[in-house]
Amino acid sequence: MDLTKDEEAALKGEQGESLAIAYRVLVAIGEATNAERLLPVEWAHLSGINYNTIGDAGEEFLAGLSKDAKFKIKTTVNPMGFDFDTVSKYNVDEEFIKKQGNIKNSYEKMGAIPSFSCIPYEIFDLPKKGTHVSFAESNAAIYANSVSNLKTNKEGAFSALASALTGKSPFSDLRKDETRDPNLTIRMKIDEKDELTFGLLGYYAGKVGGSSVAISGVSNLDKRSCKSLCAGMGTSGVCGMFTFGDARGETVDFDKKEMQTIQDELNTADAGDIITLGSPQLGLDEISDLSGMLAGKTFKKRCMVFCPRAIQKQVRKLGYQNEIERAGGELLYDCCICLTPLIDKKDVDGVITNSVKGAYYLRTSNGVDVNLKNLHQIVEEETK
Amino acid sequence: MTLKIIVKGKANGIALVSKKPMNFLGAIDKKTGKVRDENHDLFGKSLAEKILVFPFGVGSSVGAYTIYSLRSNKCAPQAMICLKADLTTASGCALANIPLVVVSKDEYDSIKDGTKILLDAENGKIL
Repeated sequence: MDLTKDEEAALKGEQGESLAIAYRVLVAIGEATNAERLLPVEWAHLSGINYNTIGDAGEEFLAGLSKDAKFKIKTTVNPMGFDFDTVSKYNVDEEFIKKQGNIKNSYEKMGAIPSFSCIPYEIFDLPKKGTHVSFAESNAAIYANSVSNLKTNKEGAFSALASALTGKSPFSDLRKDETRDPNLTIRMKIDEKDELTFGLLGYYAGKVGGSSVAISGVSNLDKRSCKSLCAGMGTSGVCGMFTFGDARGETVDFDKKEMQTIQDELNTADAGDIITLGSPQLGLDEISDLSGMLAGKTFKKRCMVFCPRAIQKQVRKLGYQNEIERAGGELLYDCCICLTPLIDKKDVDGVITNSVKGAYYLRTSNGVDVNLKNLHQIVEEETK
Repeated sequence: MTLKIIVKGKANGIALVSKKPMNFLGAIDKKTGKVRDENHDLFGKSLAEKILVFPFGVGSSVGAYTIYSLRSNKCAPQAMICLKADLTTASGCALANIPLVVVSKDEYDSIKDGTKILLDAENGKIL
């Protein structure tokens, strides 16, 4: 890789150990992905925030790093394990709460915006078309590339962290226009188009796609389905981008059979003890929809609803919080379904959700069974 | 010998050769550097001070923090030699400043377990 004189000096440690680490990471990833140089990025979105994902080793590393490191560009962060405002109501281990607090402090000390959200594309103003960003959260990276007209690789926790510290990223893969051209088209052959079918389509696309795929037979996708598609795709594979359009090149069909195979893999129960909504976290539009759908209804079981702190004021002001709580729902901010310690297999056998990404992590990380169905079905069957 | 440098540096140590991919998060005890996965061909052996030769890393990217912890706990390998550069191993070696190079299959197969290796990942040489 070719580095500028300044980059070379920083790599050698002339600007301190933190920057040397960050440049070592960028160069290592750049060499591994055949980048010829680094390029500037304007915004980093970091994963590796939840104590459940990074553990003691991550917590200790970040504590050390934050002693002198500062983020150089706009830096936003993924959800934590729980909502500090309400955690006392749940049975979360003291040690977990302490370690999560340390991680939060380390990121904030380095200058992160305390967004604790996996939908940065929905709660922040977007830079102009074609801007390079460095997004580590997979659904956010795919959404940024496919919907927001931004450019990013499907970054890992370390490449995005290094981007936050340096304002740079290796010029490789989806940052290059030729890689952004899809080499496979998936024909959407399912008629019932709801957020769950799009989540399943995404999961399929992630498995069969390379860096970028085209999807035909879909137009005017609403935000809920679009987020579901991105999250499903990010869960199952390396694919970091989709475009809608006519079939061209090699094609595969996403039909009832393919959909059933994935549904059978992810849907492991016919019922559940609790309902979870919000992986990705629900934005204001979705909270508004949910609140409307719940009019005159009450949940028959616990329902946890995950959303970003950024919308909390409006959720309260517009009466959605009252309406969802009246129906028996719990609104949780700063966290999401994935890897939360709030859902423990000691207390819960099965979880009902409309999220394909949530289903995957609930099963693999929390070790609970999942009953997967769309939001209309959930409201229909699980309220009275 | 041709090799690709992922993380620069020099090392001088004994080769510890594995034919199996390594899951740093699950398979390694970060306090001792010992391989604790019974199904791994290095089970029970310590990575400390060795030049670890293995195909590539697998599993959670958080494994990179494990590599960093090995270094903090003074039981990290001196260097690593892989067949393929996966991002977890690359990130982990970069965080911990452990030299990492990628070699061809023939070169990988020619490295015998227990031999003394001088790795120069500044100029790209293995002696």
